[in-house]
Amino acid sequence: MNTQAIRVIYKYEMLRAWETLLQSFVSPVLSTSLYFVVFGSAIGSRIQQVDGVPYGAFIVPGLIMLALLTHSITNASFGIFFPRFTGTIYEVLSAPISFIEILIGYVGAAATKSLIIGLIILVTAGFFVPLEIAHPVWMAGFLVLTCISFSLFGFIIGLWADNFEKLQLIPLLVITPLVFLGGSFYSVSMLPPAWQTVTLFNPVVYLISGFRWSFFEVSDVSVGLSLFMVLAFLAICLLVIGWMFKTGYRLKQ
Amino acid sequence: MQPVISVSNLSKTYASGHQALKDVSLDIAPGEILALLGPNGAGKTTLISIICGIVNASAGSVTVGGHDIGKGYRVTRSMIGLVPQELTLGAFETVWNTLSFSRGLFGKKPDPAYLEQLLRDLSLWDKKDSVLMSLSGGMKRRVLIGKALSHEPTVLFLDEPTAGVDVELRKDMWALVERLRQSGVTIILTTHYIEEAEAIADRVGVINNGELLLLDDKQALMHKLGKRQLIIELETPVDKVPERLDDWRLEKLPDGRQLVYTYDPHIEDTGINGLLQAITETGLVVKDLQTTQSSLEDIFVSLVRADA
Repeated sequence: MNTQAIRVIYKYEMLRAWETLLQSFVSPVLSTSLYFVVFGSAIGSRIQQVDGVPYGAFIVPGLIMLALLTHSITNASFGIFFPRFTGTIYEVLSAPISFIEILIGYVGAAATKSLIIGLIILVTAGFFVPLEIAHPVWMAGFLVLTCISFSLFGFIIGLWADNFEKLQLIPLLVITPLVFLGGSFYSVSMLPPAWQTVTLFNPVVYLISGFRWSFFEVSDVSVGLSLFMVLAFLAICLLVIGWMFKTGYRLKQ
Repeated sequence: MQPVISVSNLSKTYASGHQALKDVSLDIAPGEILALLGPNGAGKTTLISIICGIVNASAGSVTVGGHDIGKGYRVTRSMIGLVPQELTLGAFETVWNTLSFSRGLFGKKPDPAYLEQLLRDLSLWDKKDSVLMSLSGGMKRRVLIGKALSHEPTVLFLDEPTAGVDVELRKDMWALVERLRQSGVTIILTTHYIEEAEAIADRVGVINNGELLLLDDKQALMHKLGKRQLIIELETPVDKVPERLDDWRLEKLPDGRQLVYTYDPHIEDTGINGLLQAITETGLVVKDLQTTQSSLEDIFVSLVRADA
């Protein structure tokens, strides 16, 4: 295995985030803090507890998931799209490195960045609302699995996109609505029965539900089903990337 | 001697249906400088890209150092450095970081001393902390060469390395290529500039429409295909070439003062003696004589025209 190559890809992707510190880490923390101020403090103080959890604390897992999903996708898609766009991808393709190693380098860095963002938001949330994590190991597991699987998804988008518009299309028009409608700010049980059924077709519901369970032991669906859905999504992403690599999709002619 | 690169029956047809390479075969010896000449779209870059692993071949095989580029890609690619045609560089990295990245990508451990020497050789040491976007075009070209050499390859591909660079830098590049050759690096370069191939290559290949039209030692090529011309300058201009000189098929230049005789310098009787005698018999007065050897450019143009 070409560990040096994985190391430099990982290092330089992380370096890029460090050089754009404000954009990479400070900006998501600021925007999430604003969510806490508006939803947690201003509006949340007038909302009853949800499933026995104060509203300000209830939205924490959803807000972390919102940041994790969007940043995992954005980081990973940009990471592989940019060298394709500038043409510097030639160097990676001509290096003695396997596609698996390329994937580990780029996705590993993207997942690490979003994991850092998730943890920073978690710590930030602690300044606004009292937080207790009932199952820290499960919480960490969901956190890591979500970062990896959505970074893989972002990698797919980065390979698929052939312009900047397409790069933004999925995160803005698909992921953000799915997260907002996936129970980030409410419990699915608060919806009318018909909408509850519709909501269950939203895969993000399972992520947020499982993640929220790890905090408060309350969930919209069983934690086992949540874990299965995350793993299934991860497996699908790996299969798609495997096909892309095998066919050289948008990488090799 | 076993070739360092062996290309056998290589073909490439892109998804668009364009056939970029048609059954190309060639061997490249270790330590040689091979120049691939050809017009735009001839297939030069496709050939290089397949050998380097950037483009998949449709048919045929390539070995580098005796290893197949598919099954043994880790070995073959670690032997190769590639300087692409375009100035494909990031914008915000420093020169030092981009070279370090390239070295690591090829599985080499960091070696600051080697990179320092490389940057000094490329006259880039004082720019090591500069971001790439602040460099001039010529400097960027040198950074690309530095990146390609950062992992100490034994085979270097230069895809039109001097396209768009000034004369001074071009000469610097030629000197660098010569130094690399002396250190044992095999160099394959594509170029539009015939003078470049003429100046630095050991062998020359001509590609057109995806076909390798010719591959030969540069000197042998010029010996085989190079025609020589005798330019006869007359004291007084003539309206037409005298019939007495028809056997020599002379070409009269527009001013009527010069007659051009094209001959093969490698045959025993070039016909020059007879021609000069015949000119004297016609009463024409010769003011000056001059011979010229056809250049690689003439050979290239005639080959490509014949193939069109």
